[in-house]
Amino acid sequence: MIETLTFLLGGTLLAGTPLLIAALGELVAEKTGILNLSVEGMMAVGAIVAFMVVSGGGGYWIALAAGGLAALAVAAVFAVVVIFTLANQVAAGLAVGILGLGLAGLIGHPFEAQTVAPMPKLPIPGLAELPVLGPGVFDHVPVVYLAPLMALVTWLVLTRTRLGLLLRSVGENPEAANSIGVRVRLIRFCATVYGGFCAGVAGGFISVVSATLWADGIIAGRGWIVVALVVFGTWRAGRIAIGAYLFGMATLSGLLVQTTGVAIPSQLLTSIPYIVTIVAIAVLSMNPKLTWLNAPVSLGQPYLPSK
Amino acid sequence: MIRIEPRTSAAGLLAVIPPVLAVLATVLASALILTALGVSMWDALHYLYLAPFSSRFNFAEVLLKMAPLLLIAQALAIGFRARIWNIGAEGQLILGAIGGSLLPIVYNDSVSPLMLPAMALVGMAFGMGWAAIAAWLRARLNANEILVTLMLNSIALQLLYYLVSGPLRDPYGYNFPQSALFPDVAMLPTLISGTRANAGLVVALLATLAAWGLTQRSFAGFRLKVGGLAPGAARYAGFSEKRAIWMALLIGGGAAGLAGVFEVAGPLGQLQRVVTPGYGFAAIIVAFLGGLNPLGILAAAFFMAVIYVGGDIAQTAAGVPHSVNLVLQGVLLVTHVAARVVTDYQVSFSRKAGA
Repeated sequence: MIETLTFLLGGTLLAGTPLLIAALGELVAEKTGILNLSVEGMMAVGAIVAFMVVSGGGGYWIALAAGGLAALAVAAVFAVVVIFTLANQVAAGLAVGILGLGLAGLIGHPFEAQTVAPMPKLPIPGLAELPVLGPGVFDHVPVVYLAPLMALVTWLVLTRTRLGLLLRSVGENPEAANSIGVRVRLIRFCATVYGGFCAGVAGGFISVVSATLWADGIIAGRGWIVVALVVFGTWRAGRIAIGAYLFGMATLSGLLVQTTGVAIPSQLLTSIPYIVTIVAIAVLSMNPKLTWLNAPVSLGQPYLPSK
Repeated sequence: MIRIEPRTSAAGLLAVIPPVLAVLATVLASALILTALGVSMWDALHYLYLAPFSSRFNFAEVLLKMAPLLLIAQALAIGFRARIWNIGAEGQLILGAIGGSLLPIVYNDSVSPLMLPAMALVGMAFGMGWAAIAAWLRARLNANEILVTLMLNSIALQLLYYLVSGPLRDPYGYNFPQSALFPDVAMLPTLISGTRANAGLVVALLATLAAWGLTQRSFAGFRLKVGGLAPGAARYAGFSEKRAIWMALLIGGGAAGLAGVFEVAGPLGQLQRVVTPGYGFAAIIVAFLGGLNPLGILAAAFFMAVIYVGGDIAQTAAGVPHSVNLVLQGVLLVTHVAARVVTDYQVSFSRKAGA
């Protein structure tokens, strides 16, 4: 029982962390009005690049940063296409996502099924010795501790600072923002590539921290769950964080059920996060006020500055 | 200085620019990628774009792969024109393959000529049923159909894995995750003898004709289009949005389901773990590349099929990884959506900066 609880806590944090990091990045992009559906592809690119750095003897932090930068480059392609050539964001997001998945598979071909040593953990002195909570919560790689902090900072910046106001104004009413001299397209571009960086770090986390291996298709739909998380979290950092860890737990429920010895097909257990996502979106959509209150008004709309 | 303004006149001949640019960019990208992988430039272009036409068998393979792409893309385009984003054709295709396999698995020694039509109907119903989940959630609860159809793709795949390794597995198949082979009456007739090209292409071409009729000649098609272009006007005119949602998703699901039946009743001959090399996603690209126009889609499906077959040839001949196909599909669509700026907007060049 105690072991199960420890496993549940630790596993939830490990599975929820990349979802949270990527979703916070996507949140910032969406707050400025850019719906980037290429998260799955950006995460895959981040995952393979980070994996290659570690596998080539590089440090883990450098690997995560490299993964982030590679995905940032992918996001830049998307940003140029939707911001400067005013492409349909849904189509462009799918296109860049496919491109990213393909590139990751192509670059990763020689590394297929290889493994790396896991990133060293940083047990928190004093707290890591606690029963259950110690090994479950306070014995992780530093990134796991940083993710909730990142949610807090994202919330603070978006709601309490001038920068946040600037980002939100661009997403709420780009014409008005433009008329008072805000550089709408520049801000949207920066927010989009920042979202790409976050997705890349999250992908890197999956390949070099949680899975410690490379296999084509390793992201396995998590990028889409990230997009769903932003809707699920109704564009608020705190709710997105809760959602990310809930989904992290949902991915574990399969393993947990198996430990109880109940015979449930493994395929059904694999499907649980996807089913949970559908149910969550359905339940949330029933209350449009809750959902759309915080949704950026111009989300997904191309913006053509008037002179 | 480049100026982009809202379009005030029809794009006319400019409409050929995006697809032509997209194809050029794809050819260029394929040459670069294959050269980087150590294949000579000439060989690269030969494998991808000439070899598919070099023999009767290879060309028949192009037609074989064109059929599902064309059938699905025509149906998806109807929804996309109404701005209903069914990204779930891949899952709907899988459900169609499952549904279409039930009869030949259960009645494995059947000689009934009704087998194939019955399979087609069951498969279509399965594809439509799968799409109906997303339609119901969108029409009833306003749940985002992009996310729901995507999640349904992942669930469909797991359902297929479960069925082929359990209930639908061939009991005499040495535990391989695949069903029994279908009887002859459950197989599509081939179009060209000695090849795998089958009657699915005829159905896809008929679907093209039907799509053309729907968009150009029917009131239903007009209602859908108005719903996409001007939702406010559509509501004012009394065109039901819910009806558009149901129609778009059911047509997409039915077509993808039928394409799934054609895979198991065509090249596969049984239900397997892999029933589609990504046709459901590639068809989305085909629909956009064809400018959501039935005739454009016909050309786009053909080009996409050439890339599929060329990629397979390059893989066998030079060991090029399969991901090259995905990269090329990505380049194709990215270039196309970017180049659409010349048709959707008025782009002009002036010498003075900031005029």
